Amino acid sequence: MADVNITIDSKPVRAPGGTLLIEACKKAGIEVPSFCYYPNLSLQGACRMCLVKIEKMPKLQTACTTMITEGMTVTTDSPEIHQARKGMVELLLGNHPLDCPVCDAGGECELQDMTFSYGAAESKFIDIKNHRDEQQWSPVVYFDRPRCILCYRCVRICGEGMDVWALGVENRGVNSIIAPNRQDHLECEECGMCIDICPVGALTSGAYRYKTRPWEMKHVDTTCTHCADGCKTTLGVRRAPAGMEIVRGDNRDKSGINGDFLCIKGRYAFDFAHHQQRIKQPLIRKNARLTPASWEEALDLVGKRFAQVRDQEGGTRIGVIGSNRTTNEENYLLQKFARLVLKTNNVDHHRTADFPAFAAALAGRGDRTATMREVYHASAILLIGNDPTNRHPLLAWQIRNNVRLHRSRLYVINSEPIKLRRQASFFAQPPAGSEARAVEFLAGEEGAADALATSSTPAQRWRDLREKLRSEQNLIIIFGSEIRGRDLEKLVKFGSTLAQAKFVCLSDYANSRGAADMGLYPDLLPGYLPLNQGTKFRDDWGELPAATGLDLGEMIGIANEGGLRALYVVGSNPLGRLPIDPFLLSKTFIVVQDMFPTETAAIADVVLPAANAYEKSGTFTNTCGDLQLVRKAGEITGTKPDFEIIVRLASAAGFDIRKLVPFGKRGTHADMGQSRGAQAGEADRHAVWLEAHGLEPKLSPFDPMAILDEIERLVPGYEVSRSNLLAGNDQHTTVEGPGMWHDPALIIPARDDLFTSGTLGRYSRLLNSVIEHRQGVPAGEVVAG
Amino acid sequence: MAFLVSHPDEVKIVSQRFGLGAISIDRYLELNGYKAIQKTLAMEPDTIINEIKNSGLRGRGGAGFNTGLKWSFVPKQAPKPKYVLCNGDESEPGTCKDRLIFEHDPHAVIEGAMIAAFAVGAHTAYIYIRGEYRYLSLIMQKALADAYARGFLGKNIFGSGYDLDIYWHGGAGAYEVGEESALMESLEGKRGIPRIRPPFPAVVGLWGGPTVINNAETLASIPHIILGGADWYASLGPPKNGGTRLFCLSGHLERPGVYELPMGYNLKKMIFEVGGGIPGSRKLKAVVPGGSSTPCLTADEIDVPMDFDSLMKRGSMLGSGGVIALDESTCIVQFALRTMKFYQHESCGWCIPCREGTDWLKKTLARFHAGGGIRKDIDNMLYLSENMLGRTFCPLGDAAAMPTIAFVKKFRSEFEAHLEARGCPFEKAGVVEQLPVLA
Repeated sequence: MADVNITIDSKPVRAPGGTLLIEACKKAGIEVPSFCYYPNLSLQGACRMCLVKIEKMPKLQTACTTMITEGMTVTTDSPEIHQARKGMVELLLGNHPLDCPVCDAGGECELQDMTFSYGAAESKFIDIKNHRDEQQWSPVVYFDRPRCILCYRCVRICGEGMDVWALGVENRGVNSIIAPNRQDHLECEECGMCIDICPVGALTSGAYRYKTRPWEMKHVDTTCTHCADGCKTTLGVRRAPAGMEIVRGDNRDKSGINGDFLCIKGRYAFDFAHHQQRIKQPLIRKNARLTPASWEEALDLVGKRFAQVRDQEGGTRIGVIGSNRTTNEENYLLQKFARLVLKTNNVDHHRTADFPAFAAALAGRGDRTATMREVYHASAILLIGNDPTNRHPLLAWQIRNNVRLHRSRLYVINSEPIKLRRQASFFAQPPAGSEARAVEFLAGEEGAADALATSSTPAQRWRDLREKLRSEQNLIIIFGSEIRGRDLEKLVKFGSTLAQAKFVCLSDYANSRGAADMGLYPDLLPGYLPLNQGTKFRDDWGELPAATGLDLGEMIGIANEGGLRALYVVGSNPLGRLPIDPFLLSKTFIVVQDMFPTETAAIADVVLPAANAYEKSGTFTNTCGDLQLVRKAGEITGTKPDFEIIVRLASAAGFDIRKLVPFGKRGTHADMGQSRGAQAGEADRHAVWLEAHGLEPKLSPFDPMAILDEIERLVPGYEVSRSNLLAGNDQHTTVEGPGMWHDPALIIPARDDLFTSGTLGRYSRLLNSVIEHRQGVPAGEVVAG
Repeated sequence: MAFLVSHPDEVKIVSQRFGLGAISIDRYLELNGYKAIQKTLAMEPDTIINEIKNSGLRGRGGAGFNTGLKWSFVPKQAPKPKYVLCNGDESEPGTCKDRLIFEHDPHAVIEGAMIAAFAVGAHTAYIYIRGEYRYLSLIMQKALADAYARGFLGKNIFGSGYDLDIYWHGGAGAYEVGEESALMESLEGKRGIPRIRPPFPAVVGLWGGPTVINNAETLASIPHIILGGADWYASLGPPKNGGTRLFCLSGHLERPGVYELPMGYNLKKMIFEVGGGIPGSRKLKAVVPGGSSTPCLTADEIDVPMDFDSLMKRGSMLGSGGVIALDESTCIVQFALRTMKFYQHESCGWCIPCREGTDWLKKTLARFHAGGGIRKDIDNMLYLSENMLGRTFCPLGDAAAMPTIAFVKKFRSEFEAHLEARGCPFEKAGVVEQLPVLA
């Protein structure tokens, strides 16, 4: 709408007509208090805190429901308004238990803030307060009725935001009460958005309840380590005997790509770090048993053994399996370690999406990749395969709210009736497993229409769908791992015929995209550069092994015949995740670097206890290619970040680590053993200061920021703004390299959903308690309201 | 069937068929029934709306908005279907007029709704009847079935080519649903909670379509205006307050009942002549002039014409026409408590001031009446009510606050007497009499 001029507190303000007055005030830098108003949720006008005086209106008006019109003159504070707001706070406090000293929200409670602002300190009421006992609605959601001020934020975020509709209002008048959907308990996605959005302490989290006060925690901005969406999260961290304890995860500051969204895993499943099975010291197999050993002994043993195999039998007899959950810097370092130190191209990881084929199909048009933010603003979205509600909760949130708030058109092609079909303007259901056929049809194979026809989506409907898609501008095409290899090429071909179409390729783990981007492939260098196109890297690193290495399956395949003498497994559990017979590896020297005694660690010769992503710094790349910072929240005594372990192994193998990590321009040891500080990015801030003063930056060999420099310099698509990244913003990286066509069978999706215990989730007590609570709930559309 | 009363001063228009068996469609037809709609169908919609506007008919639900003006707000062209709703959720304590209309003259409501629908171009109308009026729903169902059977409803009404369907819908027992937007929520199957306005129902109403919503008495007056003409109707009452009105006289009166009197009829006369005065030799203490939500008038203030504007000037409201007389045996604190119990029970709970305010007022009044009052309670009750007034989401908060303010201000001495007696002085003296209507 056209801009209009209004006056707020004698300040002229210009804003589009129809803007809510409360938002226009915000724009003018004037805060109008409110409980029930929440941006992007339906309007309530229930709390009456935002009452303002609008000229020519006899009564005070609610700023949250008034749309601005030309010439409006508004007063946001006056004795009358102040008194009205004070009156509301007094009424709210009337039945409020005032148990602030023990309430979780104490210190970050909006009712407390309002009481301070409007000074309703003395109660006028002497009658008994209404009381109801607290209720536990699920292992992670508790409800304290007396604290509730009935702002209905939880009801709306659950229904409108999450499309779950698990909360509602029961009874009327002063007996009104927020109620869960199953009498006395919740049956929902357990996202905890209701707890997060609660302005008071009425809804509290099972993870955080009565554990601490907000001011007693350290708040660390980082990125969630669960799925590949990369939600920004703020961890509440406390000191604990083991080093540190994470007690809370939320994103109340609404920064980052996810706003305030987090799912069950981001909000509660951080406690795996403190699981009792966590390995806290290196283990070496002695007399057939894994026996605790010192870091020095373990690193020395592994380094020497790797060097021995390399020197005596050649690097091709060593295999390296990287991780989907370690940082970009670690992945980059790992493949560099393999190629430079171990002299092998036998590098691979558990592939959950065909990124090399994506790169090959895009053929250098990296600008055709969409960001997570763009998914929220696109005018149309085509979703092929996958079930984002379960496997990419943030992506589902972006899609859902784009449809709700921007009336974007969603087209869904899925053989399963996934929940997002409820937002779809067009839902096409092909026969099971034939999403790839649908892509062929879209790309122009007319014959495919008959093969795709089902009772719900006859052949004509498929033609209609294609017609509609062809007319879309700015379409974002999101596809799951159903689309791989040459099918992906067809999809990109179809997308290229549309104006401004962009793509998102969905992978399964927190840094699957990063693992692929950083070249954890036997035939690709970082940035999807084939080995024979790696001049850039050869110039920087020196000579590299030229022959294509073995992929994960091939490494295991030759192991039993003595073809693989050593296997270095970093943050991966191939034995648990892939169908591999452990016997095949019985003759191989296996080093596992992980947090937990996994199936693979159980057959290892050496186990090195690694820190997880909450215990180190670096960067992650989400499935869309958004690069974000991971910040160290604390550390668990005895563990080391993968980065440091790899550098130390290189050192133990007799390699000049200055050739591996470019720390300090002249290779000066500047760290003086301050690697802990360096991990938190402090060394980098130090470097920024030094550079600003014309001094030479000196970095620690264990500071991943040193390698981030090299990544930015050498990896195509990673030329991002460093200062923006360090400020906590997301930076989009693109897929530039030529890529490669691989055997589609190498892609093995994890298929974890919100409630299955995945790689980390199975060590989360809270996540498991929710899963137990849900047992007996029939499978299928349990996520729907 | 309610006992009917009458008085020579009555001008029987809406009530002219009461007691004459107009429940039967044949009898209704004999009594000029369905003539107005036939006349209307030959008229231009704009002419009908102007006719109603000129008649000075103001909404009989309580707010008193000009009915024709309300209709004229409905856009001529709308992408969504338009609706006409009859608000028959009569729940205001002291008001019992719609009940008589449904009981004695259901077809008048149907005919009024038909005229309204034709005037605004709606093809669907709903008659929403209060949940507690279950037996009246049965009468309405039969009336609708009869009208359909005669072809008065459905396709091509009276050969005009105009189609209209009318449905009845029962409430679920909430006073709040008498508020027009809450009624629409209820009709849509949701919790009876009012909507944010604007947009007003005339633009975005039921299921998002433009909607006219009128009180049952308003709609029942329409056919008479069409047949009698706007000038005749307007001349019955003072300027801008056209026609007659059903006044529901209750409380301490010799002859309580529903009387149809011209707008602007003197309240004092209404109490002492029409209502027959106070029984026994007791004196009048106060009158609630327009249903329990209107501020009471003391015995000295009742020499006032009963129309919307005159009562507004006296600081009260004509409301829904429920006149409650209170004699000297009435404990005002108890009456205030009884009133507040009602609002506390009926508050929908949506907004803070009404939900919490009514509850605290009830708690305070209950304790106060029982003898546990303290001096600051009196001012606190005023303070609370004034904090609610004009600041709630819908008028229910005002409806609870306004009478309380009047009770405290006008009968402060009675509140103080409760403090001194440490309880209700009326109960202690044994003079309090249970109110026949509100008890």
